[in-house]
Amino acid sequence: MLTFIVRRLAWTVLVLFVISVITFFIFFKTPGVDPARALAGRNPNAQTLAEIRAQFGLNRPLPVQYLLMMKQLFVTRSLVSYSNQGLLVVPELAAAAPATLSLVFGAAVIWVVVAIVMGVAAALLRGTWLDPVLMILALIGISAPVFWVGTLANYITQGALHNSFLFRWVPPLGYTPFTQSPSQWFLGLLIPWITLSILYIGLYARVLRGSLLEVQNEDFVRTARAKGLRESRVVVRHTLRNSMITFVSLFGLDFGALVAGGALLTEVVFSIHGIGYLTWQAFQSLDLPTIMATVVFGAFFIVLANALVDVAYAWLDPRVRPT
Amino acid sequence: MAAIIEQVEAPADLRPEVVGRNPWALAARRLWRNRIAMVALGLFLFIVVICVAAPLYAHFVAHLNPFTPNLNGTTVINGKVVPVMQQGGGTLKLGETPIGPTWDPYHYALGADDLGRDVAALVLYGGRSSLLIGIGSALICCAVATVVALIAGYFGGVTDSILSRVMDIIWAFPLYLLAISIGTELLTHSQGFQFGPLHVSASSLWVPTIIIAFVYIPYVYRPIRGQVLSVVRKEFVEAAIAAGSSAWRLIFSEVLPNVVSTVIVLLPLMIATTILTEAALSFLGIGVQPPNVSWGTIISGGEDLLYTRPWVSIAPGIMIVLTVLSLNVFGDGVRDALDPRAKLRVGE
Repeated sequence: MLTFIVRRLAWTVLVLFVISVITFFIFFKTPGVDPARALAGRNPNAQTLAEIRAQFGLNRPLPVQYLLMMKQLFVTRSLVSYSNQGLLVVPELAAAAPATLSLVFGAAVIWVVVAIVMGVAAALLRGTWLDPVLMILALIGISAPVFWVGTLANYITQGALHNSFLFRWVPPLGYTPFTQSPSQWFLGLLIPWITLSILYIGLYARVLRGSLLEVQNEDFVRTARAKGLRESRVVVRHTLRNSMITFVSLFGLDFGALVAGGALLTEVVFSIHGIGYLTWQAFQSLDLPTIMATVVFGAFFIVLANALVDVAYAWLDPRVRPT
Repeated sequence: MAAIIEQVEAPADLRPEVVGRNPWALAARRLWRNRIAMVALGLFLFIVVICVAAPLYAHFVAHLNPFTPNLNGTTVINGKVVPVMQQGGGTLKLGETPIGPTWDPYHYALGADDLGRDVAALVLYGGRSSLLIGIGSALICCAVATVVALIAGYFGGVTDSILSRVMDIIWAFPLYLLAISIGTELLTHSQGFQFGPLHVSASSLWVPTIIIAFVYIPYVYRPIRGQVLSVVRKEFVEAAIAAGSSAWRLIFSEVLPNVVSTVIVLLPLMIATTILTEAALSFLGIGVQPPNVSWGTIISGGEDLLYTRPWVSIAPGIMIVLTVLSLNVFGDGVRDALDPRAKLRVGE
């Protein structure tokens, strides 16, 4: 088990290194993109450009430039934004993280609870009309683009029905930090949470129903029934518990991807100034250091989540452990 | 003796005809009998047909070109001539507001957008781009992923390790960030690119198609590689090796036909995924570029009019949901028909 973890982590480090190199080359070494020009502002003369190149190390050999970049990103955290002179990228990302984490965490709570209820209900009600209805609802959730659902939610809660008793409580778009006002934090995030969770409710309910039906035919479930356990205990302790292995591993991956910028569309639609929103702004102004930082940190999260899921999987299920 | 034989042999026309059916015909029959899947396919084909017929609608029914701004134009509502851009409309009674839905197919059925263009015609034209990019990128993605998976799974060893690790690395990039990075990178070349003799302009539909195809290659690669690995160990492949087949022949005549069903199962689900991705990228402004429109760009364009003319954003979204839903339902049907394990999984 220990060798497995060590090997998995060594591979993780290698992947992160390769990703940072690729991102560095995509953004800083493609023809037509000149960081010095981006830093110098409008119509710079040759001397200013040369000075900036020297100051930011842009005239040094490529590997040195790469190392400088990584040092600024991870060690000194002094990477400066191009479009917003003097703004430090890494602290800005750190400041944006609570908004993204609040959004993703709340949505995750909703989608896990609702998906388990829907999945279990559909599996138990198999053969009745409710199962197909629940599964069609799940499919609609999977098929609706999240930014459109968000737009629609905005139209209903901010426009059409905002003055009715139903949605009068919805605050204007934007994010209120929890430390500032817990109630506003909650109310402001409720609609974004629901919007973001719809897709995952659909996905997870379907996956859970499938694996529940699969596990239902296993010998240990029959044994549990044969020894006279109550049906509720069979479902919760035997069937559901075994179905959760797939569920948990999926959850790790999706949660990691969402924190890493996957919640971008939801953040943009609801003007939540989190990591995804920051990245989107950076793309619009071609602010290369910010993009570099979000992609590298985002990849870091995804790779880390992948590694954690693999380790958790090996721990839960001895069969996948390499010998 | 002869008499007995005569008795045993039934007359030719009474003999039950036993026709061998190949697995494809059986799967097609299973699919055909799946009512829900066929309804979904019908809906998808209907959407494809009306989007392909967009120029006919624009020319013969709406009588206008949806790509030219029509800020000073007029239209007819209840027999009265009214301007397309109305002064002081909307809730704020300020500025100009495009005309809302008239529900009259001849005169701005779904209203106009901020440039006075007919939303109904735009949605149909947008569907052409969205469907073209969705289907095109899913096909390219599946084709490339299949070839890479065949090479990796067939040669195994170092080849497999390297290819699989490359796929892991692509997949480790945050998906939308990767697509956005490539998109931004490509779109900054406003003059377009030169691939040998081919010239691709920056506003070409090929740009989003290639980006979306690329980011999903690892997603399709993994299941197909697994399938190749299991097929390569089968006896008929060993027999072909023993018979002296070349690697080329083994890959394409022995292994490929046995993994095609996996690819076919994945294809409709991939088209659904790529259509959603295209919409998201276009919504963020890095997918389809003007003068082309797609469902995603129309929704994003309608954001500014959301509280006065919501239908500009709502209509293309409904089209996306219907298209993707029909593809998902149809894809489920294809999987049930082609993948016997899916039947086992349901427990029957």
